[in-house]
Amino acid sequence: MAIDTQTVKRIAFLSRLRVEDDKIAAAEEEFNKILDWVEQLQEVPTDDVEPLISVNENHLVLRRDEVTEGNQAEAVLANAPMKEYGYFAVPKVVE
Amino acid sequence: MTELTKLTIAEAREGLKNKEFTASELTEAYIAKMNECRKLNAFVCETPEKALERAAVSQEKIARGEGGDLEGIPLGIKDLFCTAGIATTACSNILKGFVPPYESTVTSKLLAAGANFLGKLNLDEFAMGGSNETSAFGPVVNPWSKDIPLVAGGSSGGSAAAVAAGMCAGATGTDTGGSIRQPSAYCGVTGIKPTYGRCSRYGIIAFASSLDQAGPIAKDVRDCAIMLKNMAGYDAKDATSAIAEVPDFEKVLGADIKGMRIGIPQEYRVEGLDKEVAAYWDKAAEILKSRGAEIVDISLPHTKYALATYYIIAPAEASSNLARYDGLRYGNRVEGTHLDDMYINSRTAGFGREVKRRIMIGTYVLSAGYYDAYYLKAQKVRRLIRDDFVKAFEKCDLILTPTAPTAAFPIGDKSMQENPITMWLNDIFTVSVSLAGLPGLSLPIGLNANGLPLGMQLIGRAFDEENVFKAAFALEKDAAFRGVK
Repeated sequence: MAIDTQTVKRIAFLSRLRVEDDKIAAAEEEFNKILDWVEQLQEVPTDDVEPLISVNENHLVLRRDEVTEGNQAEAVLANAPMKEYGYFAVPKVVE
Repeated sequence: MTELTKLTIAEAREGLKNKEFTASELTEAYIAKMNECRKLNAFVCETPEKALERAAVSQEKIARGEGGDLEGIPLGIKDLFCTAGIATTACSNILKGFVPPYESTVTSKLLAAGANFLGKLNLDEFAMGGSNETSAFGPVVNPWSKDIPLVAGGSSGGSAAAVAAGMCAGATGTDTGGSIRQPSAYCGVTGIKPTYGRCSRYGIIAFASSLDQAGPIAKDVRDCAIMLKNMAGYDAKDATSAIAEVPDFEKVLGADIKGMRIGIPQEYRVEGLDKEVAAYWDKAAEILKSRGAEIVDISLPHTKYALATYYIIAPAEASSNLARYDGLRYGNRVEGTHLDDMYINSRTAGFGREVKRRIMIGTYVLSAGYYDAYYLKAQKVRRLIRDDFVKAFEKCDLILTPTAPTAAFPIGDKSMQENPITMWLNDIFTVSVSLAGLPGLSLPIGLNANGLPLGMQLIGRAFDEENVFKAAFALEKDAAFRGVK
């Protein structure tokens, strides 16, 4: 399952990252090296194996349906790079 | 006064109680050491004024015969733990300037036990790395370096180096694939990654949530036991934290290990294993045997697939966790012509090379058409790796292995820089334990011919840190090697 230039560009966009045009060839080569290496897993027979999603056997605990830490707008916004009128500010998304 | 920085946590606690010195004097001694060793680049944020204020409060408590288990003990905190009002960056440019409005559960517990924080410690960016070289603040220098600067290991490189150099009495670390154990081994100190779920992950900046665990790095086994007891416990704020009693780990130290069965996995005798590492491994087994433990050969047949499994699962989880860095709610923002453009500009400028690499691998293995072939496959192999341990623990009570295949290597090592897989191979003895969610402790066993410390790893059953501590304490005593500089 070799990766091509198109795939690198698609994955970069899905990751919301930019790979400069002159770096794509190198990224392609590196990804293929890594994917070749993980390919070894295909030799392990796993037909009857359940995927292990978590090592934790906890049953999730329900909590009471009540407000615990409400009214923290100021603290929540404290680290926002841009805020307006008590909201996070985003670039214009509707024309 | 610098002598105070040589004391273990247990010794310092005695000294404080017996009024041999005050909490302020102890803190001042560590602050002086931090200044002296600044060139190691272990701390990325120092809070000496806060520490001195807190030390004075601790001193009053101690004078009244009050105070917690760690009253007045100066600690360093890996900069992956959110600390209220103190900058927390994960050593990434994307979080420069971030000041958390809340405290992580683990650091809250340490503060409640009376601990005193000296500052935040360097790490690989978002804990992704095995040499602390991916940090936006630059690499940590291993205190054992001689003519050329060596890596401190990673990702908790700042924590291990600071403890080894006497810049703090103990430190917090986090471990996803070996990030507590490997730097502990490289720096000659002791560290334990407890069972997954022992410590709450609340307030720890997430890397790979099904693997991330907090744990202590300290000068010896007893100090790790003291610290872990004050870090662990169920927390309603982390759904994966375990509802399990936290034992007083210190109580088991010194207990007899006669009849304990120690497993030696044949698959860990990998080709090209460093001869000195192999010799110390034999020596460690010999020590435990002379204490009456029984050495048994065991097999962990899927070991060789652990790294590849890890490097699918961890990046997959990371790509999902790191999607939150969007330039909107916190961290670095670089404007763009539209929303996607702003996301891309902010993330491209804010993340370093290794983090970008892992986000992209993770995105790929989770993407439509590849999910089953990579991610689902890795989760299945993960179960086989876990089952290997379950089977092995029918024949033994603990497993003994080296922590890392070599001693610390030079900063900027070419072969590591050119091929990420070469760097990842340093985790070969630690990742399986993470994938299985088991407790693993690394302790220094001796020096190699170049005068660099080597570490041994003890692996226990889930939630059986007590046997790990018991055997580690015996090994530490008889190996008679103190790694701290």
